[in-house]
Amino acid sequence: MTTTASATALYDVPGPHARRRHRLYGAIGGLVILGIVAGVVLLLVDTGQFTAAKWRPFTYVGIQELLLRGLGNTLRAFGMAAVLSLALGAVLACGRLSEHRAVRWVATLVVEFFRAMPVLVMIFFVFVALKVQPLPALVTGLTLYNGSVLAEVFRTGVNSVDRGQGEAAYSLGMHKTQVMTHVLVPQALRAMLPAIISQLVVALKDTSLGFLITYEEFLHAGKLIAGNLDYDLPFIPVVMIISPIYIGLCMLLSRLATLAARHQRRSVKTETDKVAPAEPGTLLPGTGAHP
Amino acid sequence: MTTRRARSRPRLTAVLFLAALVLPVAACGREGSPPVKGPRPEQLPVYRVATGFQLPGSSVWEAARRRGHLVVGAKEDQPYLGEKDPATGTYSGFDIEIAKMLAASLGFDPKTVVFRTIASANRETALQNGQIDYYVGTYTINDLRKRQVGFAGPYYIAGQSLLIRKDEKGIDGPQDLAGKRVCSAAGSTPLQRLQREYPRARAVAYDTYSICVDNLISLQVDAVTTDDTILMGYAAKAPDVLRVVGRPFSREPYGIGVPRSDTALRLALDDALEQHEKNGDWKKAYDATLGLSGVPAPAPPPVDRYPAAR
Amino acid sequence: MNVLTDNLSLYGRGLLGTVQLTVYSSLLALALGFLMAAFRVAPVASLRAFGTAWVTVLRNTPLTLLFFAVLLGLPRFGLVLPFQLFAVLALGCYTSAFICEALRSGINTVPTGQGEAARSLGMTFSQTLGTVVLPQAFRTVIPPIGSTLIALAKNSAIAGSFSVTELLGTYKPLNELGYSIIWSFVWIAVGYLIVTLSISALFNVLERRWGVPR
Repeated sequence: MTTTASATALYDVPGPHARRRHRLYGAIGGLVILGIVAGVVLLLVDTGQFTAAKWRPFTYVGIQELLLRGLGNTLRAFGMAAVLSLALGAVLACGRLSEHRAVRWVATLVVEFFRAMPVLVMIFFVFVALKVQPLPALVTGLTLYNGSVLAEVFRTGVNSVDRGQGEAAYSLGMHKTQVMTHVLVPQALRAMLPAIISQLVVALKDTSLGFLITYEEFLHAGKLIAGNLDYDLPFIPVVMIISPIYIGLCMLLSRLATLAARHQRRSVKTETDKVAPAEPGTLLPGTGAHP
Repeated sequence: MTTRRARSRPRLTAVLFLAALVLPVAACGREGSPPVKGPRPEQLPVYRVATGFQLPGSSVWEAARRRGHLVVGAKEDQPYLGEKDPATGTYSGFDIEIAKMLAASLGFDPKTVVFRTIASANRETALQNGQIDYYVGTYTINDLRKRQVGFAGPYYIAGQSLLIRKDEKGIDGPQDLAGKRVCSAAGSTPLQRLQREYPRARAVAYDTYSICVDNLISLQVDAVTTDDTILMGYAAKAPDVLRVVGRPFSREPYGIGVPRSDTALRLALDDALEQHEKNGDWKKAYDATLGLSGVPAPAPPPVDRYPAAR
Repeated sequence: MNVLTDNLSLYGRGLLGTVQLTVYSSLLALALGFLMAAFRVAPVASLRAFGTAWVTVLRNTPLTLLFFAVLLGLPRFGLVLPFQLFAVLALGCYTSAFICEALRSGINTVPTGQGEAARSLGMTFSQTLGTVVLPQAFRTVIPPIGSTLIALAKNSAIAGSFSVTELLGTYKPLNELGYSIIWSFVWIAVGYLIVTLSISALFNVLERRWGVPR
């Protein structure tokens, strides 16, 4: 497997002796890590984070609905930002691939500027200086940034298609729009898909910036519960509930990118890469296949 | 072998994840919301809605009339002042009552007022970009802020004070703070005043007052300092554990924030406030909210009708 | 236009705050990222699992959530640090996951034969790693690390909303002083461009100096 390449550049395939030693190290390392985890859990118990009072609020429908409403708002902002970014990315990519120098120049300037600016500066600019409501401000900021990044993804994707493809299409008498929509983009899309999805993960993560401009998203709902004295200020429980959901959502989307990448790699006549591994024991699961 | 396992793993994760999302909602779900301490709805005063009220000079009022209701900015994390019940989404407290009585005078049914949480850092922006019609939420009037927004009122004079544990001996006022750990919100005026005027206190800054209170209860800090109103609210929530001590050592006139250009609205709110102070609504609202902390109602401060800005 | 000249010290403090956050967090991220990359290529299973978990969790955590958890959560355990330090902690840990991945893929690009050749010369593991694999990996790793650190500089803007002095946060006092908000933001944007372009220039130099194609 290709996954072992990283290991074998650093060390040889371990023999039975080395494997035994590695297992010993692994056990020791595992124990140390377990010890750290136990220490953290103990600290949490010590400071009373697992008392019933701190967790009881979450058993009420009202609180669950509040969290779900927040999650809904997060996903709404993400959906809007994703669609608009893809659209803006397509427009800007067209601009950068244009034959007119002026158009190309403007598109390049826009893309480079918004890629160099922090998203938060744009969100705050739209929110504070242009005096826009929180949701549109958040979506605008996310769209400008992610759209610019996606424009670069689209452009390199189209450019990466074999030159002969475009030339062949032109020689058949197709004009530029036809060449783009019928020949280059469909082929480029397959190569770009993992990068596009990865960028959407960034957009999903950045929706949480809405928290900073009073958009009532998931994190905001969490903070409202966490700061309530009647619920015994359940900050840590809130973090323990919110983070797995956030991380889970992003991981799900990242997985999609990984799957797309793997699917694409498999389809491009690389089936031969099923080379028998040296020994089952040397496989390193988890070191490969991360984008 | 490995490829198959790798491929089925995401599906498994997805199923587990969805289950984790749905299960708690489906399995246990007690109706309603967790019990909260706060003003009881039946004790709150009822305000008479003004009929036929007109305010032609105010663009904010005109817009609200067309919309059919007012949108008011408030705090959501200050017990007995402006607090949002996380589960039901309703706001309660003294500031909320002030907002409601003013709405009634402007010809809007207080029940229709839509409250929106605006953090301290975003108050001016929210008023400037029309997110809210006016703002009631421990908003201290000062000249710097008057350059950006208008202020009706003041409707209350607060002052910086100290919140301590009930069993604490030896802290009776800011003069006893030498060597003690005193908590306040990072970047806030109370924190700066503490550091300037009582440099021997060991100032501790956290992001929100609720963390300060949390740390006060768990003995990490010895006192929390900010406006007495906010501290009274916390003391009323946990009367067995916390109390407010000492005489206030600053003067914080709370105003109602309005967009700076809308002088007509500002003066209308001034009139309405004065009227509610005269007819007893103000005191009733205080008694039903902050008064629950045991501190009797002070006399309402005189309204300041300052001239319109250039 | 006179926003800048009138408030040079305010802007200066903000820019300094951003630079400090960037530099300290970068150092933390590089150190942690190196450690985690070492874990992830180690032959010991438990270390590998730890490194993988670290990277997977942090890469999929929104930075705002991390700031929220660190700045508002750690004080509950009696850990009182200046907000700037908290921010460095959050930024550094977050970025370390990306540094780790850049380093790891850099190590992966070193041909297996290089390691084999080194070992056949009798070099030990640390010699192989230190004198053969890492120097070669270093070259391919410069550009991705550069862009990761630029992202870090941009991400440091979040700290401003958690009471840390930095560039974006300067809009607030300027707004209070009544300056044109548009111009305040123009100069903030220029400040960020200065920081990101400097990092980019630094890494261009590094790349020209070390980044010889194999």
